[in-house]
Amino acid sequence: MSNESITVKRKRELSGVTAVLAREWATVFLFLLVVIFSFTGRGFFSLNNFQNVLHLSTVFLLLAAGETFVIITGGIDLSVGFVMGLSSVLGAKVMQIMQAAALPQPLSMVVGTIVGLSISIIPGWVNGVLITKYNVPPFIATLGMWGITNGITLKICQGFPVAYLPPKLVEIGNGFLIYIYPGKGVTFFHKPAGVVGTQIRELIRILPFSIIFSTAVLLFLWHLLKNTKFGQHTYAIGGSMNAAIRSGIDVKKHLVKVYILSSFLAGMAGVFNIFQTGVGNFTPFSAMYELFAIAAVVIGGASLMGGKGRIVGSVVGVILLAVISNGLSLSGVEPFYRFIAVGVILIIAVIMDQLFPDLF
Amino acid sequence: MGYLLEVRNITKRFGGLVAVNNVSFGVNAGEVVGLLGDNGAGKSTLVKVISGVHQPDEGKIFFEGKEIKINNPMDALSLGIETIYQDLALAENLNVYSNIFLGREKLKRILGFIKVLDHDYMYSESKAILDRLDIKIPSLRNKIRMLSGGQRQAVAISRSIYWDAKFLIMDEPTAALGIAEQKKVLDLVRTLRSQGIGIIIISHQLYDVFSVTDRLVIMRRGEKVAERVTKETTPDEVVSLIVGAETVNA
Amino acid sequence: MGINQLNTTGELTRGRRLFIYVGQRWALMFLIFEFLVFSAAADGFFTARGVQIIFFFGTAIFLLGTAETFVIITGGIDLSIGFVMGFASVVSAKLIVAFMKAGMGEVWSIVIGIALTLLIGLIPGYINGVLVARFNVPPFIATFSMLGIAHGVSELLIKKGAAKNLPHLANVIGNGYLFYIVPGKGLSFLTMPAIRRGEKIIQLIPNVVVITFIFIFIFGFILKRTKFGQHTYAIGGNIESAIKAGINVKRHLIKVYMISSFFSTLAGVIYMLKYITGKADAGASFLLDSIVAVVIGGASLYGGLGTVRGTILGALILAVLETGLRMMGVSTFDKYIAVGVILILAVLIDQYFPEIIHKEE
Repeated sequence: MSNESITVKRKRELSGVTAVLAREWATVFLFLLVVIFSFTGRGFFSLNNFQNVLHLSTVFLLLAAGETFVIITGGIDLSVGFVMGLSSVLGAKVMQIMQAAALPQPLSMVVGTIVGLSISIIPGWVNGVLITKYNVPPFIATLGMWGITNGITLKICQGFPVAYLPPKLVEIGNGFLIYIYPGKGVTFFHKPAGVVGTQIRELIRILPFSIIFSTAVLLFLWHLLKNTKFGQHTYAIGGSMNAAIRSGIDVKKHLVKVYILSSFLAGMAGVFNIFQTGVGNFTPFSAMYELFAIAAVVIGGASLMGGKGRIVGSVVGVILLAVISNGLSLSGVEPFYRFIAVGVILIIAVIMDQLFPDLF
Repeated sequence: MGYLLEVRNITKRFGGLVAVNNVSFGVNAGEVVGLLGDNGAGKSTLVKVISGVHQPDEGKIFFEGKEIKINNPMDALSLGIETIYQDLALAENLNVYSNIFLGREKLKRILGFIKVLDHDYMYSESKAILDRLDIKIPSLRNKIRMLSGGQRQAVAISRSIYWDAKFLIMDEPTAALGIAEQKKVLDLVRTLRSQGIGIIIISHQLYDVFSVTDRLVIMRRGEKVAERVTKETTPDEVVSLIVGAETVNA
Repeated sequence: MGINQLNTTGELTRGRRLFIYVGQRWALMFLIFEFLVFSAAADGFFTARGVQIIFFFGTAIFLLGTAETFVIITGGIDLSIGFVMGFASVVSAKLIVAFMKAGMGEVWSIVIGIALTLLIGLIPGYINGVLVARFNVPPFIATFSMLGIAHGVSELLIKKGAAKNLPHLANVIGNGYLFYIVPGKGLSFLTMPAIRRGEKIIQLIPNVVVITFIFIFIFGFILKRTKFGQHTYAIGGNIESAIKAGINVKRHLIKVYMISSFFSTLAGVIYMLKYITGKADAGASFLLDSIVAVVIGGASLYGGLGTVRGTILGALILAVLETGLRMMGVSTFDKYIAVGVILILAVLIDQYFPEIIHKEE
C-alpha cells in the first residue's frame, strides 16, 4: 500500500512558541475541548469524570502504545483488537473453570492472567515471522491474523461472554487507591467498612488502580522507546530499513519483537478487560479497536510511513478521542457525532503533519 | 606478507542470474584498489558479499591471512570492514550523531541499574571526529534529512573512520559531490591509505580512479576480466576493458 | 531452478510444468475444490437454486470487491466502502419513502430515489479523492475518517425515523428473477406468473445479480481496455512517471475514489432492494471480504496490479465459502479463520509464482 504524496513537500520554518504550539496541537486542542466541555457538559469537570475517562481508556492506551512501536517501523498491526478478545476470553475461560472447581480466587485470577498473557505472544510471533521471513505485507499478515484470532476466540466462547468468574476480579479492576469518606476517615485499597447504599455516593475516590497500572506500563514503554537501543533501532528501521540493516542491526529479529510487543500489550488489554468488566469479552466486529488505536497514534504525530511517533503523542491521541466522546455525550449530543468528529480530527492531524514535517 | 583482504572464487547467484562468477583478487594493507566495470558488472554485489549483506554461493574470503565467514553485516563490522554504500545508508529521521553510532549505540547507567542511551557521549565523540576530518556541519542534532548531499557523504565517511576501519569499501564516493568536496574525499582516502587501511573504491569517475588508486580490478558481466597496476595503464585501455574490446588475463 | 527440474533436453519436466500450471491458476483450482467439497457435504448446494443463492448473497462482495480493485491498483485503499454501502441503503430507503409520501407513486419513487442516491453516493468518493490527491492525506486515514463520517450521518438519518416501510415494488425488484419458467406453460420475464398450488416454477437469475454484473462488466471493460484503465495502472505502478507522462494524476485519483464509492452506493441500493430496509452497518462485515477478494484476485497492496476478473474470482471463493458453510449448518466462526488463512496463503502463493500470476492478459 503506497502512501506516497504527490506534491513535493514544502518546508515551512516556524520558531519559538508557534513551533511548539504547532507540534503539540493535539494537546492544545485537548485543552480547548476540556474548557468547552466544562461549560457545556453536565458533570464533565469533576474528579470522578476525569478519572472515569482515564479508567475507561486503559484498554485503548495499551493498544495504542503497542501500535506506536509498530507504526514507527513503518508497519501496521490490525490484529490487536481481536488478540485482545482472545486473551480476554481464554483467560476468563481458565478462571471460570478454576472457579467452578472451587479453587481459591487469587489462584484462579493469577493463572488466568498468565494464560491470557501467554497466548497473546503467539499471534504477534506469527505476524512477525510472516512479515519478516515470508515477506507478507504487514497490512495483509495482521489482517489475516485479525480474522484467525477472531474465529478462534468465537469458537472458544461460542459467541457469549465468559461469565461466572471469581467475584474479586471486579473489585480489583475497579478499585481505587484512596477512599475518603467525609467525616468518617480514609482507607486504602478498598472501601471503608460499613459504607453501604446511598452513603457510597458521598465517597470520594482517588486514583483508580487502572490508572496506576496504565501509567506504569506507559512509563516503561516511554523509556523503552526513548532511551534504549531497542527504541533507537525501532526508529532507524522506520526511517531507513537499509541503513538499519547495513549498520548491523538484526532487523528481522527486531521486527518480530516489535510485533510480539504489540500483541502482548493487546493481551494485557484483554486480561485487564476481564478485571474491569468481570467477564471475558470477545471483541465485536463493530468496535474497531485497532482502527481507533491507529487513529490515536496518527493524531499523536506518527506517520504511517514510519520513522516518527512518540508514546506521549499516542497517549494524547487516545485521551483526545476519549474526551470528545465523553464530552459530547455529557453535553447531550448524540454519540454518532463522535464518529464524524474523530474523522475530522484525524484528517487535521495528517494535514498538520504534511505541513510541518520537521517539527516532530 | 599476504593480502589484508582476499576473495577467492566468489560466486553469487540470484535465481537464474549469476551476478558474480568466480571472482578472485586481493587488497594489501595501505593499498587502494579501484573496482571498475559497467552497470550490471557485479561490482556492487561483490562488495555486498564482503560487507555481509549477501552470502556467497561459492568461494572463500580471507582477512588478515585467516579464512572468515561473514554471515551478516555485523560480522563484517566487527572485523573492522566498513562499507560506505552508494545510497549512504543513513536514517533520515535520526540526527547526525545517532547515525554515526547507529547499531553501536553507547549506553550509560542511571540510578545505578537502568541502561539508557548516552547522548552526550555520542554527541561529543561525533563532534570530535567531524572536527578532525575538518567537516563543517552546523548542528549535529539536525536530522539527516536536513543536510546536503555533500554533508551526508561526510557523515557516512566519518562513521566508518570513527569505528577504526581496518578495511574500507567505498561505493561511488564522489558521485553526488561538488568539485571541492570531491577533492576532500580523495585527500581523505590518501590519508587513510597512509595509515595502513586497505581500501576498495568503486567509481565511474576515471579521473578519481587514476588519481588515487594503486591497482585496478575490472569486471564485466559478473567476471573479473583484468587486473592492472594503475601507473602501468591508461584510461583508454581501462575503458576498452570495461566495455569489452579485449579480454586479457591478468 | 534446480537441476532436477529439467529433463535431459533442458526443458521443464512435465511434473514441473503441471505444478506451475496449477499454481498459476490456484484460485480457480481452489474454487473448483471448494465447490466439490460443499456439493458433497451440503444438501441442496449443487442445484440451480444453490448456485443462485451464492450469487444472490454475493452481490455485496462482488460490488465492494470491484470498488476496492480500482483503488488498490492505484496503490491506495478504501476503508469506507462498508459504511458508504450502509449509508446508501439508508438514504435510498428514506428517499423512496419520502417520495411515496409526496404522492409520487411506486415506480417513480423508486426510480428517482435510486438515481438520487447514486448521485449522492458520489460525494464520499469525491471527498476521499480530494483528501488523498490534493491534501496528501494517506488513503488509510482519509477513508477511515470517511468510514466514521458515513456511519455518523447514517445513524443521524435513522434517528429521525427508521428506514423502512418501503413499497412492495422494491421487494419485487430486489427479490425477483429475470426468468420464470413454468414447465410446460412457458417463460415470462421479470414478473412472477400466477401459478396454481402445487405447480412447479423455476426461477432463474435474480434481478440484483443482473444489475450487479452489468456494472461489473462495464467497469471491468473500462479498466482493461480503455485509456482510463491504463492510467490507473500507471499511477499504481509509478506515480512519478505517471505525472511526468502528463497524466493528470490528481483528477484521476478523485475519479477512482468516486468509482469506489459509486460501487459501494450501488451495493447499498441493492441491499435496500433485497431486504427492504436501510441499515447503517449493512456493509461493515464486507470490508475484510472485499480486500481478501482483491488480494486473491492477484492485486498487490503496493499498487499496479490486479484485475476485475481476478477480484470476482476471489469474491466468488468467499461467497461460496460462506454460503456453503451456512448450508452445512457449520458455525460462521470458522469462516473468519478460513478467510484469514486464505488471505495469507494468497499472498504467499503469489510470491512463489510471481511473474506468472501477474502477467499481461
